[in-house]
Amino acid sequence: MTATLEGSTAETTGHAVRLSGVHKSFGTGRDAVAALAGVDLDVSPGEFVCLLGASGCGKTTLLNLIANLDQPSAGEIELTTSRPAVMFQEAALMPWLTAAANVELPLKLAGVARGERKARTGELLELVRLSGAGHKRPHELSGGMRQRVALARALASATHSENGEQRPALLLMDEPFSALDAITRDVLQDELVRIWEATGTAVVFVTHDVREAVRLGQRVVLLSSRPGKVVQQWRVDGLAGQDEINAVDVINRRLREVISNHAAA
Amino acid sequence: MPQREGATAEPDAATVEAGLDALDTPVAAAQRVSGRRRFTRTVLPPVGFLVLVVAVWQALWAAAFWPEYQLPAPLTVGTELWNLFTGGDAFGFVWTSVHRAVLGFAIAILIATPLGLLVAKVRLVRAGIGPFLSGLQSLPSVAWVPAAVLWFGVEPAAMYVVLLLGSVPSIANGLVAGIDQIPPILPRVGKVLGAGRLATARHILLPAALPGYLAGLKQGWAFSWRSLMAAEIIATSPLLGKGLGAYLDDGRFLNDMSTVISAIVLILLVGVGIELVVFRPLERAVLRARGLGSL
Repeated sequence: MTATLEGSTAETTGHAVRLSGVHKSFGTGRDAVAALAGVDLDVSPGEFVCLLGASGCGKTTLLNLIANLDQPSAGEIELTTSRPAVMFQEAALMPWLTAAANVELPLKLAGVARGERKARTGELLELVRLSGAGHKRPHELSGGMRQRVALARALASATHSENGEQRPALLLMDEPFSALDAITRDVLQDELVRIWEATGTAVVFVTHDVREAVRLGQRVVLLSSRPGKVVQQWRVDGLAGQDEINAVDVINRRLREVISNHAAA
Repeated sequence: MPQREGATAEPDAATVEAGLDALDTPVAAAQRVSGRRRFTRTVLPPVGFLVLVVAVWQALWAAAFWPEYQLPAPLTVGTELWNLFTGGDAFGFVWTSVHRAVLGFAIAILIATPLGLLVAKVRLVRAGIGPFLSGLQSLPSVAWVPAAVLWFGVEPAAMYVVLLLGSVPSIANGLVAGIDQIPPILPRVGKVLGAGRLATARHILLPAALPGYLAGLKQGWAFSWRSLMAAEIIATSPLLGKGLGAYLDDGRFLNDMSTVISAIVLILLVGVGIELVVFRPLERAVLRARGLGSL
């Protein structure tokens, strides 16, 4: 069975991310378009949360706000983590750098010493199982491998940032597997869960794929579209077999309901 | 024998992934082409064309359609060129022109690079001088020669002014195009990786714009060389020393067509030579490292 959560998860102790009453509109005056209208969301340290919604629900906008790539029009975003690691739909590797140099780039930007940089880069490539491909350039890698390099690079940007002080990590992912073929996506979903378990980082994962959300997440948050708002949340941790299928059905039905509301307007 | 389900152990995730990587990795398409193959493909065709041109020329000369002073025999021009090289004059002419062109080109890079950065990154500057910068590219630099001579006299300064007016716009425009073509995701990635403004320029914008910048430099060199030749042909004076342009003008003055053709051949040789020796390998290395270009 799936447990439906009403409102925010009030019982959480401490949080990695807390959004309260976040609004975001683009443009000014009459032409202003509200992308997000009052989003409240808490993510606990180490939690895996999937943001689900149709196009135009502001998933990406929300992620950009958490990543500090954009500022909210109103409301507050509170992070207790180190700088969030961000992964996009495209790997967006620097084409002039090798895979290893791409992973090393955030460490270089942070002024980490050379020896430490090399060691850390090696560890991260090992983590995404690409130790042998460090010398290759992005164009010599497959789409799945590029996305893993991007993951390693994102993790490199997150984990070192505070000197010595250990803070919880946060990984923000914007439909990172949606451009990959089905087989690769399937393998990478398993990889992500493995890496999440190994690193204990909190993950906010944006997707429009209900199955993916249920399979990966501990919690699925459904957003409505134009403007984006939290409609409903489900705890989907550790579901398997028939329970998982049921959860996908329930969430899918609700998602369709939300989408069909737009037909009238 | 029919396979039973579960008869083989399920492969672990790492093995599956390694298999997938092996299957999906783009196959290195271009094998190293052998030296001889490359020779027959890239060197022979242009040489063949050149031989054809000379043959047609020889035939036209033999048919005597035009008087000798309009169309000399290929051999006459060949002898003129041979004497130029053996007598050492060719090196003097080439050196006079090339050192000017290289110096002017270096100055053009120093001016055009910050200018291009400003135009690319500052909206007001782009709106203000962007259109003029592109417009200047379509103005033949010969048009500046009279003005430069009136301002600076028949002096080296006039030559450099013409050269700069020809090459600065194309280098700056190349850099602007290079920066405009950077996928917007790259600076965003830079930001989430923790790059500030300066670090973004140094580690992301400049390397990302390099192919466009290089294309601009290549074009800028061609424009430098052309502008300089235009200036040398029009503004001649003993004070300026004798470059290739002045040598060409000598030919006109003396009604000596073989000198004119020799000068044109030398001008072409320098232009093509610098492109082949300097810019082609640079461009190739940069593009190949990024998996671009088929060369």
